[in-house]
Amino acid sequence: MRRFDTSPKGSKEEIMKSLEEIHKIRVEKRKELDLRVNTKADTREKHILVCHGTGCTSSKSPEILENFRKIIKEKNIENVRVIKTGCFGLCAKGPIVIIRPEDTFYAMVKPEDCEEIIQTHIIEGKRVERLLCKDIDGKIVNSLDELNFYKKQKRIALKNCGVINPEEIDEYIAFRGYEALERVLREYTQDEVIDIIKQSGLRGRGGAGFPTGKKWELTKNAEGEQKYVVCNADEGDPGAFMDRSILEGDPHSVLEAMEIAGYSIGANQGYIYVRAEYPIAVKRLQIAINEARDYGILGKNIFGTGFDFDIEIRLGAGAFVCGEETALLESIEGKRGQPRVKPPYPAQHGLWGKPTLINNVETYANIAQIILNGSDWYSAIGTENSKGTKVFALGGNVNNIGLVEVPMGTTLREIVYDIGGGIPNGREFKAAQTGGPSGGCIPKEHLDTPIDYESLKSIGSMMGSGGLIIMDDTKCMVSLARFYLQFTVSESCGKCTPCRIGTKRMLEILEKLCAGEGDELDIYKLEKLAVNIQKASICGLGQSAPNPVISTLKYFREEFREHAIAKECRALECKSIANIVIDSDKCKGCGLCQKNCPVNAIEGEGREKRVINQDKCVKCGTCLTSCPFHAIGK
Amino acid sequence: MEEKKCECNCQNKDAFMEKLFQEYKPVKDNLISMLNEVQEHYGYVPMNCQKELSNFLNIPMAEIYGVVTFYSRFTLKPKGKYNIAVCLGTACYVKGSQKIMDRLKERLKIEPGETTQDGLFSIEETRCVGACGLAPVFTVNGEVYGKATVKKLDEVLDEIINNKPKI
Amino acid sequence: MVNLTIDNQKVTVPEGTTILNAAKTVGIDIPTLCYLKEINEVGDCRMCIVEVEGRKGFATSCIQTVEEGMVVHTHTPNVLEARHVILDLIISNHAKDCLTCTRSGNCELQALATKFNVLSVEFPGEMSKHKVDDLSPSIVRDFNKCILCRRCVAACKNVQKIGAIDCINRGFESCISTVGDHSLNDVNCTFCGQCIEACPTGALHEKETINDVWVKLKDPDTIVIVQTAPAVRVALGEEFGMPIGTNVAGKMVTALKRLGFDKVFDTNTGADFTIVEEANEFVERFKNNDNLPMITSCSPGWVKFIEMNYPDLLPHLSSCKSPHEMFGAVIKTYYAKKENIAPSKIYMVSVMPCIAKKFERQRPEMKEEDLYDVDNVITTRELARMLKQANIEFEKLEDSEFDSPMGEATGAGAIFGVTGGVMEAALRTAQDTLTGEDLPKIDFEQVRGTEGIKRANIEIAGKEISVVAASGLANAREILEEIKSGKANYQFVEIMACPGGCIMGGGQPIKSSKIQAEVDVKKLRGQALYSIDEKSKIRKSHENPVVRKIYEEYLEYPGSEIAEKLLHTTYTKREKYNIPM
Repeated sequence: MRRFDTSPKGSKEEIMKSLEEIHKIRVEKRKELDLRVNTKADTREKHILVCHGTGCTSSKSPEILENFRKIIKEKNIENVRVIKTGCFGLCAKGPIVIIRPEDTFYAMVKPEDCEEIIQTHIIEGKRVERLLCKDIDGKIVNSLDELNFYKKQKRIALKNCGVINPEEIDEYIAFRGYEALERVLREYTQDEVIDIIKQSGLRGRGGAGFPTGKKWELTKNAEGEQKYVVCNADEGDPGAFMDRSILEGDPHSVLEAMEIAGYSIGANQGYIYVRAEYPIAVKRLQIAINEARDYGILGKNIFGTGFDFDIEIRLGAGAFVCGEETALLESIEGKRGQPRVKPPYPAQHGLWGKPTLINNVETYANIAQIILNGSDWYSAIGTENSKGTKVFALGGNVNNIGLVEVPMGTTLREIVYDIGGGIPNGREFKAAQTGGPSGGCIPKEHLDTPIDYESLKSIGSMMGSGGLIIMDDTKCMVSLARFYLQFTVSESCGKCTPCRIGTKRMLEILEKLCAGEGDELDIYKLEKLAVNIQKASICGLGQSAPNPVISTLKYFREEFREHAIAKECRALECKSIANIVIDSDKCKGCGLCQKNCPVNAIEGEGREKRVINQDKCVKCGTCLTSCPFHAIGK
Repeated sequence: MEEKKCECNCQNKDAFMEKLFQEYKPVKDNLISMLNEVQEHYGYVPMNCQKELSNFLNIPMAEIYGVVTFYSRFTLKPKGKYNIAVCLGTACYVKGSQKIMDRLKERLKIEPGETTQDGLFSIEETRCVGACGLAPVFTVNGEVYGKATVKKLDEVLDEIINNKPKI
Repeated sequence: MVNLTIDNQKVTVPEGTTILNAAKTVGIDIPTLCYLKEINEVGDCRMCIVEVEGRKGFATSCIQTVEEGMVVHTHTPNVLEARHVILDLIISNHAKDCLTCTRSGNCELQALATKFNVLSVEFPGEMSKHKVDDLSPSIVRDFNKCILCRRCVAACKNVQKIGAIDCINRGFESCISTVGDHSLNDVNCTFCGQCIEACPTGALHEKETINDVWVKLKDPDTIVIVQTAPAVRVALGEEFGMPIGTNVAGKMVTALKRLGFDKVFDTNTGADFTIVEEANEFVERFKNNDNLPMITSCSPGWVKFIEMNYPDLLPHLSSCKSPHEMFGAVIKTYYAKKENIAPSKIYMVSVMPCIAKKFERQRPEMKEEDLYDVDNVITTRELARMLKQANIEFEKLEDSEFDSPMGEATGAGAIFGVTGGVMEAALRTAQDTLTGEDLPKIDFEQVRGTEGIKRANIEIAGKEISVVAASGLANAREILEEIKSGKANYQFVEIMACPGGCIMGGGQPIKSSKIQAEVDVKKLRGQALYSIDEKSKIRKSHENPVVRKIYEEYLEYPGSEIAEKLLHTTYTKREKYNIPM
């Protein structure tokens, strides 16, 4: 019911494509774009790919793109195209520019570097050495594949991200786009599609890991004439941006999957509920929907099969809880995003009370690939109960911040050290948080846990939607728990008592502990609240809100006790109870700490050993990281 | 407080709402989409727009107000000329964005969600803006400042206060 | 039928039964707080949680339905601990000034706290702080006592379809309020008071005015006259532990006299005046096809509703004042003159089942030469409180009669308090007026019963008229939409703001959610009124000798100039929202 921006680029008839025409685009465009995926492509063309994910866009990649185009036009260079793409994944190195077919990787490019890249790389045929990407070990990488970051990855959901221009439907079609839909509509029955998805072993990527095929089957079998397909793109987990990257880099993959889902369950209307805070994703989705409508791939009588399906975008308005499926439905209906009690599940009683299939973006992004390559291909990837790959947004205290897609079963150690390049500043790995505020932390001793639904659960964490935050030893786990509780308290919808008041009480206790005003009884109270909030809350947000506390208590109980009893914070993060001191045995009197101290709290001159004036010290921790001799601590 | 001027140069508020009423059907589920447009257009959701929406969609004002106050994107007061948002997503938090926020509150003497007396600044906490590679980040009117430090923030604030540039 | 096990007992109940109700069939009580049968079934408070084998987390027994083979445990240690924690959390954010709370003794939270033996708060912390809204003449909102059960919101938004209040803000900051957190006085509230009837705690209550009554009772220079509405007598006894639907008119009169009222009159007599005037107005309008249908106007919440929402339809309203206002006007004129009392010395108190009457009383139209027709309106609940303050053992009182000469009333006046009753009473008089005869048919069964909308075609004086009686504002809206769109062609419409009529008014004794679930309060109180009618010697208003006498001596005839002046009123369009935009 939202108005459509349906303005077609020409008259409807001109644009609408027959199946033959789409086949033709696929063949011809694929040939034209071979250089994108084939370093030995037989072509004189060059494509300059400029990442336009949100990260790179914030560091001026649109300006870079414009500069390239301007220079190419000015210099009248032929056979070079500048393409905007979705996220390459290695956000830490952004803005990223890749030149194909040779696959040269330029990192941290600035708009003013364009001239040099054109001159040296394009015209002279040499590489711009200073802009080449370097790996953690300082080694220059010649191409993307050489990077350790990419070596252990397997890209299925992100297959097209960074390869195609997300704003050109032809490029999607070139890489077998909408082929799966065509096959499904022309060759498969509804049950056959559902069977393939079931056989593939795909599970929901939104966090809970419910088997996708089973969800489709339940919705298909639910009674009701009118059914809906919904895409949950309300990615709200702080520090997670997997779904956004897919929507920005490959929006058609989601549309295609929703159509396949619609066919399978008997729905002909879909909604994508996406955060309004993702303007680029929203824009690209709208472009994709318009293009698909123009081509006749969305709308009435798709591919002449008599199947109708249309998709509308609904914008979220800044409520984390709307990522919970029933809250999301309420929000689509125009109400406060307050979850409903389940059961009944959306499969039976969803949007406007009708059977509704809700999957998350990443789940959808796997669908077409499963149809095209078969369920056996997919189920061969991953572990026994967790098939396929999982995309993670790797962040925090890790060198290679970015988006990674790994086969299920990859260990945390591989992700942190091989892909992520380890912990910066020579610090120690302390813990990783998966699942954001709904998940839990994984300590050092579980670094070798394979990442899959069951393993993570067994160690008190959860897969979550894919946020993976790495923490080094300067992080206080009590503070971390407090941080996540702050988040849930401010995002709690307020509907049910345990979440509304209970999480607030948990936060208050954590604040007391961090301020050194707590006692042992508070730890007991925290646990009692946590257990009961988990069990008694209405929705996933409340039920999982205590998870960060429960898991930090499980692995870092000593730190809680130190805060409660000794009033100490070993990570020195809790300012009111941390005293930073310089170990005079280790201090060499270099004075670096003094130079960096923002409040001039460090005293001493020349080669003298330095001393911290506790009255002046604001415990910011700057000196800790600046000391080359690790002489500063508690 | 001075109201933010409408950016589309329409002569009055009603013209924009009229346009909205042409584009949407009067069904309840359009409420949030329409509020998003109002928020974007005016920079906040004025009370009279809520009243007009109440009439158009046949929803009591209390319910509309309930929706407006539920979603953090909607605000009831105009934002400052420079709206500074500090990312408190986990990636930024782990990299110390709280310090940025604390400094901001200290300098401007307002809390998140508030606007300074002179209408120049408003500040807000935001969840992941997607620039985790640049963590910690803050944004000024949507423009991202990555790898932020307290010093960098001070520079940006000073620049605005002294020169009032177009950001 | 579905078979399941609850606490090791085999239970068989129809499909679609909730776990809560299934448990009830085998005598297992599960505590609830936000649950209000058919009004608020949302599962928010979490008190009703139970364990279902094989299910992660707890089940919500008030809304989740039974399944074949389900095994339910309602009182495991886990469940009990969780309930205790939840209750503790609610109390941790609830004002604890029970001793000075109007709902003390009839508070569902207090009852649970007693039951759960809550002796201290285990998880204390920051409490939400809100200003008390007492600006309206009818309702006080004290959010500090709100537990966010949202029963009031459901009553306002879903039952009455008004939506003056809703949940605003999010998370711990959530609260029930109006648009912009303004006073109820400035928004689209009709003062029907159904929210108060729904509230389990003291967060919503009437604006109490009994202290003013006490002051006047003490003043020897003031003649304090009280009148009591028909619905009060069938509910007041409940406040003293008597069965719902007991007619306590006799004890009530005795009690009022004990309190020191100079005269105790019956609003039913006022109702007889209303009927005579209204029937006459209807006959005239019917003959002249003037603004039909004519709609009744004795429910002030309803009047405020139409003034705010359908001002175009105001000409359809009968111009008659409501019974207690008419009665007040007659007392301050005719009676004062007759008894040789200066009208300004009379302090007229109305005991009403209604809180909108508090608003109605102070409308500028409701006064004659600077004297209000009625000086104070107190509710059934407030009267009960006065009696308790006076330490009157109500249930032990002897019966007395209303004072004459204004105490005589008909059965028609009595049924004013129930939906369909005004219609029936008016039809009795209208048909006699039209035919000039004393017709024996006086029961109009078609408009009786507790349904929200009762449509009927009724033959009076050889003519068929189409009538409808609706109660509850959602139903009122439906009827008005029919009229507005021309879909229906009614001649006479009766509307009462509260579902069921005045017997279920916002000033009546508050029944806990448990009683509301188990007893049909509406039916019992309604039956009591019909039984008064049945037992009455005179059952037609125009045959009330007091009414006849006063017309002869003073008011001349129905619709006379003086009757128009004293007994009729006007209406004005009202803005729904008087808030800064």
